[in-house]
Amino acid sequence: MAGVMLLMAAPAVGQSSETVGTRLRYQDEHGQRTPVEGVVISVAAVDGSEVGAGHTDSDGVFEAPVPGPGVYLVSIDVDTLPAGIRLREPDRTTVEVEVLESRDGRAIFSLISGNAEPMEESGGVSVRRVAQLTTEGVKLGLFLGMAAIGLSLVFGTTGLVNFAHGEMVTWGMLSAYFFNYFGLAGIFGFMAGWWPPLGEGVNLIFAAILAVIVGGTTGFVMDRWVFGPLRIRGVSLIAQMVVTIGLSILARYIFLFIFGGNLRFFRDYSAQSALQIWIIEITPKDLITVVLSVLILIGVGFFLQLTQTGKAMRAVADNRDLAESSGINVQRVIRIVWVGAGSLAGLGGVFIGLAEQLSWLIGFRMLLLIFAGVVLGGLGTAYGALLGCLLVGIGIQLSTLFIPVELKNIGALVVLALVLVVRPQGLLGRRERFG
Amino acid sequence: MSGSNVASRLWDRIRRRDDFEPDLGWVLDDSRRKWMAEHTSGVTKPDPALVIKNLRRTFGGLTAVDVDHLEIQRGVITALIGPNGAGKTTLFNLLTGFDRPDSGSVLFDGRDIERMRSHVRARKGLVRTFQLTKALTKLSVLENMKLGARGQVGEGFARSLVPPLWRAQERAIEERAMELLERFSLAHMASEYAGTLSGGQRKLLEMARALMSRPAVVMLDEPVAGVNPALTQSLLEHVRELPIEGMTVIFVEHDMDVVWDISDWVVVMAEGKVIAEGLAEDIGKNQAVIDAYLGSGDDNNGEAP
Amino acid sequence: MALAAIDWGFILIQTVETSLGLEAAVYALAAVGLNVHFGYAGLLNFGQVGFVAMGAYGMGLSVTLWNLNPFLALVVGMGFAAAFALILGVPTLRLRGDYLAIVTIAAAEIVRLLARSTTLGEITRGAEGLHGFIGPFRELNPFDPGAEYGIGPVQFGGNQFFAIVVGWALTAVALVVIRQLMRSPWGRVVKAIREDEDAARALGKNAYWYKLQALILGGVIGGLAGMVQALGKATIQPDSFVPAYTFFFWTVLILGGVGRIWSPVVGAMIFWAMLTFFQGTLTAMVNEGLIPTALMDTSQVSQIRFMLVGVGLALLMVFRPQGIFGSREEMMLDVR
Repeated sequence: MAGVMLLMAAPAVGQSSETVGTRLRYQDEHGQRTPVEGVVISVAAVDGSEVGAGHTDSDGVFEAPVPGPGVYLVSIDVDTLPAGIRLREPDRTTVEVEVLESRDGRAIFSLISGNAEPMEESGGVSVRRVAQLTTEGVKLGLFLGMAAIGLSLVFGTTGLVNFAHGEMVTWGMLSAYFFNYFGLAGIFGFMAGWWPPLGEGVNLIFAAILAVIVGGTTGFVMDRWVFGPLRIRGVSLIAQMVVTIGLSILARYIFLFIFGGNLRFFRDYSAQSALQIWIIEITPKDLITVVLSVLILIGVGFFLQLTQTGKAMRAVADNRDLAESSGINVQRVIRIVWVGAGSLAGLGGVFIGLAEQLSWLIGFRMLLLIFAGVVLGGLGTAYGALLGCLLVGIGIQLSTLFIPVELKNIGALVVLALVLVVRPQGLLGRRERFG
Repeated sequence: MSGSNVASRLWDRIRRRDDFEPDLGWVLDDSRRKWMAEHTSGVTKPDPALVIKNLRRTFGGLTAVDVDHLEIQRGVITALIGPNGAGKTTLFNLLTGFDRPDSGSVLFDGRDIERMRSHVRARKGLVRTFQLTKALTKLSVLENMKLGARGQVGEGFARSLVPPLWRAQERAIEERAMELLERFSLAHMASEYAGTLSGGQRKLLEMARALMSRPAVVMLDEPVAGVNPALTQSLLEHVRELPIEGMTVIFVEHDMDVVWDISDWVVVMAEGKVIAEGLAEDIGKNQAVIDAYLGSGDDNNGEAP
Repeated sequence: MALAAIDWGFILIQTVETSLGLEAAVYALAAVGLNVHFGYAGLLNFGQVGFVAMGAYGMGLSVTLWNLNPFLALVVGMGFAAAFALILGVPTLRLRGDYLAIVTIAAAEIVRLLARSTTLGEITRGAEGLHGFIGPFRELNPFDPGAEYGIGPVQFGGNQFFAIVVGWALTAVALVVIRQLMRSPWGRVVKAIREDEDAARALGKNAYWYKLQALILGGVIGGLAGMVQALGKATIQPDSFVPAYTFFFWTVLILGGVGRIWSPVVGAMIFWAMLTFFQGTLTAMVNEGLIPTALMDTSQVSQIRFMLVGVGLALLMVFRPQGIFGSREEMMLDVR
């Protein structure tokens, strides 16, 4: 796992005289932020005259007072960095910082630890890389697809685009984290001494199952107490969409409040060495989650295709009025769709968290990719959503052969716009939904 | 040819506009029966406003519209009838550009309009109303009307910012709108929100709004559905007057009394195809059409005048 | 009672300052643009912050990259926002409204990610943000940068006051233009499209073209908001364009009442008054120990602020979509 760290120092509050400085930290292989001590930092005015210089302290912090607001140049002496620690961008040893009235200037140097690769360079198309990236892409696509089916089915059956779906993904991920570390009730201090799963953390596998249940319950709650009543009140779909936005912002910042802005890892399985299969490297956990998600998605397919409820879902998505008049309990079907969507989003969140880091913002980032996949596959179709997400996942990973890694998600979103021009109904959508 | 015989009767009818009453004594004889059987669709008209050729539209596996040849005579009222799902509204959508056919073409005044988008067709004079009324609820009745006028200078972005350019035209449009509202007995509602109108009034408004553009062809999708009987009569009066003003009227309607009452020509559709067309009274006498598609079980429906 | 320890005067002054100052002006302008989109044309723009960012960067880069004079920079900023509207509108405005929503929210995030990427770092200065463009604008400042302007205890520095005046002046111009447009046949068509696009098309109106015009107009006004913000802050930070801010603008708009000419201004003032008062009170309570730091520290107060906006937006949309002053009847017209 690449220990890439990028950190902005917290803004200082209420100081009368301004300082310029930096705070050097990197993320080690356990995801811990480690301060870097004793690195030589110098601050200069724009004309090159030195304002101050010194070493970072045990917190990795260096600060120099400056005469007043203005632009300053902060330089780092890379030779004084400890062994194994490098700049993520080796050329950026000097950073320009603007100091405003009663606000300190902070330079940001992002550091990486030894085994991490610096800024992955594009280029170098080899069979090995293509195979590796395709594998990564399939993995990402499967996880996205798992979350996307729910979004697509909710849209299909109710016409509502749920912008809070990304937060349902984060919710699954974070609840698994809490169960993994604290157990069902360990966050409440007085229960901390109880036996697992109440007082103590449980193994991630059990935590994931709990997270799926939590996700499904959330889906139920969303339909039973929020969107069901709104439908009955006759609130327009546009208004409902704005409500999903409001809920997503609420949830996102509750996550930030409780969980903080740091990236974290699950307690179990976070550090695994990769297996070599043919020319592809894959960690056991990734292999297992990929196989599991394939199995689950096949299961969802069977459910939709073969069971009464599944057929009813497709019928409602196909033509709601017709389904209603042919005796299907549409409200019940929608309720089940919401529960299923919540559970799958939760599980998708756990898998994404296991493959990457846990963050309060990951759901929103994923939501944009899910949108790309769902629109590519055809809004409202379950299989289209899956196909679209797989293509988006693979596309994203393979695009890093040609474009910088930091732009890979942007490529997917550009594809989203292109699809709308060429084939707005998506790959598996039907034309008459439009026009 | 018997077909042209029927068409010339239609033509006669147009010339004798004041002689509007349907010919009650007319009997469906064997020769006409034979004609009906031979000409299920596609009879040529003296002066068609619309010509539909091989128009096809499928949804998934279902064929919604499959019309080989249909002409709509200019200056008369043509009714489009048929059971639910016969493709009447889809045909409307195809004619007005709200839906695209899989194949086929539509000629309007002899020109192919297949590539024209819906609003362009409307500007050329092909104006429609909708089955479910589309009164613009948060605009006033008068504003609804004004919207109908074609060629408004003030509808351009830059010009709209210079009122002197469009004020005179706006006044003229307003005058015409008030005239029409008067005719449709909506003048007292002019400054109210259209959303405060009753269902029947909305139908009236929608028709009046369509007329604001002085269309060549007016297409009414179920103009009297859900309208109370008193309003229905006045609405039908208005429809009857339209050909006198030189307009061509096509309408979809389920109420057969209305169809026999005001239409000159009737086109019967089923399963996307035109299965018969003819003078209203001929169709009204055609037991096969009545039995199969107009619901013979209902006493009122399907009874010829 | 420890509440007495809180400096209410300070909080009140801050409240008045934000509800009249730069924040409110920027939000009012952005919401004016959103009002054109959603209030008049019925367009679901979930990425207004992208337009704001485009305006700001367009203006900033005109100075740092091309050394243009301030007025040309203003034009370039508007051009950036208009181009953004074209890119978003051309593929989506023929489709159902939710596609525009999806594409705008994604595109706004693309703009932010691109601006803070190292790939464009040479141009946009990455996550640090763009600065060094303010000089030519400050030269136009008729106010004395050293002096304070204001009434009583509410005082702004000269540079800040300049940005505020420009912000409210642009808002006034935008409102006049929109009022004129909405009283013209153009506005009638746009409102008709909001009510029912098919009806407008059946009457010969090119709905697509009008929607595109409305998207550009509202987007350019959003771009102006970004320029005013850049003018006031002297820096353009990519992270001041996070997606959630779009919904701050939405909240402003719905507070004031969607589709009314004054709503963005009224909404922005109320929004900032409530937000600042709330944040000030909460911060003071944390500082005074009324809220234990175990529960919350001062940096978390702004997170609470986001939560509050989220809840407020959802509740307003359901229970008072007509705004806090609007009448219920008008909203009920659809239902019949």
